[in-house]
Amino acid sequence: METTMKTDLEDFRLETRKWLEENCPPSMRKPMKDASDYFWGGRNATFHSEDQKIWFERMLEKKWIVPYWDTKYGGGGLSREENNILTQEMTRLGCRKPIFSFGISMLGPALHKFANEEQKMRFLTEITAGKTWWCQGYSEPNAGSDLAGLQTKAEDKGDHYLVNGSKVWTSYANKADWIFCLVRTDFDAPKHNGISFLLIDMATEGVSTRPIKLISGKSPFCETFFDNVKVPKENLIGNLNEGWSIAKYLLTHERQMIGGVGETDQKRALHEIAKDYLPQREGQLTDGVLRSEIAVQEMNDSIFEYTIQRIMDEAKTGVNAGALSSFFKYYGTEQNVSRMELMTAITGSDGLVWESDDQDAGNQARLFCRSKGNTIEGGTSEIQLGIIAKRILNLPS
Amino acid sequence: MALTLNEEQKMLKDSAQEFLAMNAPVEQFRTLRDDNYTPFDQDLWREIVEMGWTALTIPEEYNGLDFGFVGLGQVLEEMGKNLTKAPLFSSIVLGGTALVNSTNSKLKEAWIPEIMNGNKRIALAQDEATYFDPSKIETTATKTANGYLLNGQKKMIIDGERADAFLVVAKTDEKETALFLVDSSHKGIEISTEVLLDAGTYAALSLNQVEVTVNDRVSEPEKGEALLKLVNNTAAICLSAEMMGMIHAAYGQTIAYLQERQQFGKRIGSYQALQHRAAKLFCEIELCKSIVIKALKGLDEGAENLDELASLAKAKLGLTLKEVSNEAMQMHGGIGVTDDVNIGFYFKRARVAQRLFGDYNYHLDRYAQLNQY
Repeated sequence: METTMKTDLEDFRLETRKWLEENCPPSMRKPMKDASDYFWGGRNATFHSEDQKIWFERMLEKKWIVPYWDTKYGGGGLSREENNILTQEMTRLGCRKPIFSFGISMLGPALHKFANEEQKMRFLTEITAGKTWWCQGYSEPNAGSDLAGLQTKAEDKGDHYLVNGSKVWTSYANKADWIFCLVRTDFDAPKHNGISFLLIDMATEGVSTRPIKLISGKSPFCETFFDNVKVPKENLIGNLNEGWSIAKYLLTHERQMIGGVGETDQKRALHEIAKDYLPQREGQLTDGVLRSEIAVQEMNDSIFEYTIQRIMDEAKTGVNAGALSSFFKYYGTEQNVSRMELMTAITGSDGLVWESDDQDAGNQARLFCRSKGNTIEGGTSEIQLGIIAKRILNLPS
Repeated sequence: MALTLNEEQKMLKDSAQEFLAMNAPVEQFRTLRDDNYTPFDQDLWREIVEMGWTALTIPEEYNGLDFGFVGLGQVLEEMGKNLTKAPLFSSIVLGGTALVNSTNSKLKEAWIPEIMNGNKRIALAQDEATYFDPSKIETTATKTANGYLLNGQKKMIIDGERADAFLVVAKTDEKETALFLVDSSHKGIEISTEVLLDAGTYAALSLNQVEVTVNDRVSEPEKGEALLKLVNNTAAICLSAEMMGMIHAAYGQTIAYLQERQQFGKRIGSYQALQHRAAKLFCEIELCKSIVIKALKGLDEGAENLDELASLAKAKLGLTLKEVSNEAMQMHGGIGVTDDVNIGFYFKRARVAQRLFGDYNYHLDRYAQLNQY
């Protein structure tokens, strides 16, 4: 029995490899420069190249936009093992993801768990077709780490909700088609119990956005304003006033994404970059202090990789890894921030260039600045440590 | 290969946990220490042999269990939790690994069954200087008509007191690393002992014109370096497994203390300053668990990057055990620095475990060298 299954999986691997080799254009096997290279889909979908279009359309036809979702929602219906094989083979060939979508990584899992069948059929199907660009409306100017203190309100007006308020840090709100939002539907209840989860079409009258510029000089972030926005009642996900549990569930997925779990981008080893820049004697970096900082960084990077593998292996045997998402988010982002700090030290004055006639220069300084947001967005490092202390270590309040 | 335990390995871990809780809890460590630093309890050692722990990594051709290092690592981790004293590490991990991987069949046939059944014990005589550095061996093995003459000084020998034989690391006339098995009663050997910070007894050897034969040579010509490296990698990984157990015990006791100790009318675990420090350690411990199992599997599978895995394990566990044992003391407050509670035992043992087979500085440097920087 088991041997048959293994043979089937081995066949699947060979078929997948062959299909990818035949269908993934060579330019789609090269690493992306940055987020401006991504394809996001949506109503006004724009491809950056003909190859990107071909790659997306072939994957769409293959139902591999979201290979592991149910076929009735347009997914590929792959088993966990098959999906792992597909991911491995794509990584092996360096294939880019055909689309970047918060609908797949964040909203989708929440819809699967909390939406009714009609909503699943409508929204999941659009996600697997790449038709909707989703953004997230969680934080507010006065509700950052204290997310549950949010004040954007949705009033029951009989046949619709009337939404007023504003959201901040809404990535790509100026380009997105829809937003999944946390809104307050009961001002008298304790703060966690008066929140609902609402989907809003960004084209609705009364919705406006304003971009936020970060210290990196550019950013996808926006403020989003809701001024008497009418939202149909069928856009409420789950029960009224029970949106907080959806929010927590979704945040678990966001943390894993920011923490880098499941990312396949190949980063060049820090020590190799260091060897391009720094003096050496007999193949060793002569700056002993920096050398040991690099060694500690690389030690923790590689053991963190083993840790992701171990916890995924344990999850396969039924161990619940959900509570560990705060660990992934905390550790992954702290590692990234310290890596960027080391990159700045290694690259010296080259790494400080902001603008230059050289097109490629300036990226390091901007990436460095951007990384400072990693330990803040998606719940600060301090929030994650608090969650670990309370939920995992059972320390008292 | 999945980084998880299989059912048999889990069962072994559970049985080790149960057996040690019953027969060798931390209180036994205290009793042995207070009884004039007794190195270990002979009855416990007999029982450990009967449990089969000494046979876990011995091949079937010597009637061993050939169960592997992942299994032995679970036992060592449980022993680390309880600070159990027994010559399992010295005689089996060090001595056993050297003999199992030797090509000297006469020595193997004579000694492997004896160390496995616990009748005899072997101790590794490698270190000579203040720091661990296997590249700086000065003990000499001078060729004679029938064999070699050994001369030199050795120290930091784990369980060296009353060991039946020493595995002596020396340099031949060609400056080649060679390992010899020398009876402890051999003429020309002087043994002295000292007690270190962890209440453990460590031996020093003086080798003065010790005559050995070619048959006493454990490593064949040109293979000594590789054999010693394998022994040292195995030691670093197995010691990391023991340190993992120490981390679990010291951290677990500290979290329990944070949950019950009250000050200013509140349990101290409710204070954010302590919560965040405890949570940061939790994250480091998650990393430790991964590298320990990864490295143990590497031993069983003969991983190509075993050098790297061994150094990653010993460096990470060394750093984390230092932090955990320090935080455990600090979070226990005044009671933590008294001899009435056990937390100080872990703090002390951590420093000795750190020194043995290379501290984190040594292994980070080696890790960098292995990656050519």
